[in-house]
Amino acid sequence: MFELETAPANAQNLRRVAIDPVSRVEGHGKVTLLLDDNNKVHQVRLHIVEFRGFERFIQGRPYWEVPVMVQRLCGICPVSHHLAASKAMDIIVGAATLTPAADKLRRLMHYGQILQSHALHFFHLSSPDLLFGFDSAVAQRNIVGVAAAHPDIAKKGILLRKFGQEVIRMTAGKRVHGTGSVPGGVNKSLSAEERAALLKDAYTMVAWSRDAVAIIKQLHQQNPALYDRFGSFRSGFMSLVAPDGSLDLYHGALRARDADGKLIFDQADYQGYDALIEEEVKPWSYMKFPYLKSLGPENGWYRVGPLARVQNCDSMPTPFAEAERKEFVAHGQGKPIHATLAYHWARMVEMLFAAETIKDLLHDDDVESHDLMITGGQRAAEGVGVIEAPRGTLIHHYRVGDDDLVTMANLIVSTTHNNQAMNTAVRTVAQQYLDGHEITEGLLNHIEVAIRAYDPCLSCATHALGQMPLEVSLVDAEGTVLDQVVRDSHGQTRRDTPASP
Amino acid sequence: MSQPPVSPSPTFVLDGEDIPFTPGQTLMQAAKAAGKYIPHLCWHPDFVAHGSCKLCTVKIDGGRYGAACTLQAAPGLQVENRTEDLDDKRRTLLQMLFVEGNHFCPSCEKSGNCVLQATAYELGMLTPHFDHFYPDRPVDASHPDTLLDFNRCIQCELCVRASRDVDGKNVFALAGRGIGSHLIVNSPSGQLADSNFSAADRAASVCPVGVILPKRVGFAVPIGERIYDPAPISAVEDEQP
Repeated sequence: MFELETAPANAQNLRRVAIDPVSRVEGHGKVTLLLDDNNKVHQVRLHIVEFRGFERFIQGRPYWEVPVMVQRLCGICPVSHHLAASKAMDIIVGAATLTPAADKLRRLMHYGQILQSHALHFFHLSSPDLLFGFDSAVAQRNIVGVAAAHPDIAKKGILLRKFGQEVIRMTAGKRVHGTGSVPGGVNKSLSAEERAALLKDAYTMVAWSRDAVAIIKQLHQQNPALYDRFGSFRSGFMSLVAPDGSLDLYHGALRARDADGKLIFDQADYQGYDALIEEEVKPWSYMKFPYLKSLGPENGWYRVGPLARVQNCDSMPTPFAEAERKEFVAHGQGKPIHATLAYHWARMVEMLFAAETIKDLLHDDDVESHDLMITGGQRAAEGVGVIEAPRGTLIHHYRVGDDDLVTMANLIVSTTHNNQAMNTAVRTVAQQYLDGHEITEGLLNHIEVAIRAYDPCLSCATHALGQMPLEVSLVDAEGTVLDQVVRDSHGQTRRDTPASP
Repeated sequence: MSQPPVSPSPTFVLDGEDIPFTPGQTLMQAAKAAGKYIPHLCWHPDFVAHGSCKLCTVKIDGGRYGAACTLQAAPGLQVENRTEDLDDKRRTLLQMLFVEGNHFCPSCEKSGNCVLQATAYELGMLTPHFDHFYPDRPVDASHPDTLLDFNRCIQCELCVRASRDVDGKNVFALAGRGIGSHLIVNSPSGQLADSNFSAADRAASVCPVGVILPKRVGFAVPIGERIYDPAPISAVEDEQP
């Protein structure tokens, strides 16, 4: 049992406050706390409503429809689902190896997605906290405040994201929810005009991404006590790596390390992911808790995403990103970095890697090739597609019948991998900042800051600029709600303090 | 010897514009020949008019309503087509069709090539308005080359006509009555694989929506190159499959 996950049995009269989810929508999060008479924290839980329904209604649909249908899971990272499903269906249609052009065009689409998503998260969602302080004035702590105080930073953030969206549009057909990737390849390449238009800005995007890394490094240097300690806890890490151990966000094999950085497994074929990973169900959350089978649920949970990937790989294939990776790793002084806020630093290193990779791919003539499809391959009944989405490892697993209809779908999305980690982060912050204190808006935001560092779907898909719906309840030993702060989906915060008897 | 004078084609008036026609043509045929768009779903130039979808309803001489696909053109007829009143009624018909079936455009491979979707765009349908029926209509994937997704059927009977009149097979039919009407396959098991349907049949390519689909094609055509990507259906010359 994890500390603070469930109040001890001898804590009589502590009971869980159950708040039913409003609906199965993205962006609804809930934190509940149980306190004793002395306001000591006994239980902290982050509840997230996830999107498991897709696994059911994909069943009975034709396999070629799935990459387009399943991307509707998300409005921020649909490309990740589009490509993970396509990779699984590549296996189904016997096209595990694509044409060089199709492989590069999918990579281009994916790195466009990484760039736009990381830019959105850092500049729009997180920079207000980092630039102004976690408990700064609410009126300023948003992207408009950033634009007013730091117009150059805000402008770069917006244009970096726009560039990533343009890469997606030209490879997928639309900025959001395109159709470019199909089982066995892609349906379009770049025209000479499209390629030239992207290349024109590609070098600026690399330069701006380097500036972004500089910003987050400077923030770390200005306040190392905060950045190294806030919500820090030890965990293992998992991600894809290329055959040579370098970072590859589109394709590779699974590597996991323990909290000390020692390898648990390496170069594991993700077609057999279910032999490595198990998902635990807990009665208080709709989202499952994955863990490494070999270590069990208590010790086998891990983190995914930028912090995991940047430390899990041996190198980065592009020069500027590789130099930044080395500097990041050196910050750990020989040990893995476990700080929650280091996610932001790692994320910006990845954004730089994405910008450099896009630039390199645009110089490759294959992106204008029309050799886009592998057809006539040997059909398979089952396929797994894994990709490193902006938020972490994304697993799509399907079985398809002889009649071409999907019979089984299993999706383990990035946010699910980080479920235990986000709960641990919230509990760590609760211990560091809440214990024995009255809830304030600034305190509420400390919890959000910890959750937001993981860039979970609930913070990004609401399009609410960091105003994710959130409830924090203070419950006494009698189970009475003493205090409650609610932030609704419109970003309005209200306090529901019951009247004194 | 002088040539007899060529008598000009008779005309009728469509939304204030003279439309020439040859005797025997319907209003729809004459309008089509003149490059004028009258909204429609069940009409197809290759087949006998069916007159069932009522999307092509026009107003004649300021009084009665009629289906443009079945009304014979006549000299001097005053025909109202794209009026606010008629388009409003057409929008309502479309909304009823959308809620009667399961039309999930975002993941439908027919998107961009779908007459129903394009017509809804043309007529400015913004919401379904009515409560969805969410009918349970399992797909028929039994045939090796063709998928039937009954969720999207609008009962235009183009496949019925194509199979009967062109293919000579009678593979498809409508069964049931009223709200219970539905498309069926004429085979012992009711499955397409047990019929004499072939992917080369005219019926295989006539469906204006996403019911009769070639298997393993899906989203092969990129966004931007689909039939209704460049222009609205009213401006697309060859607007149907």
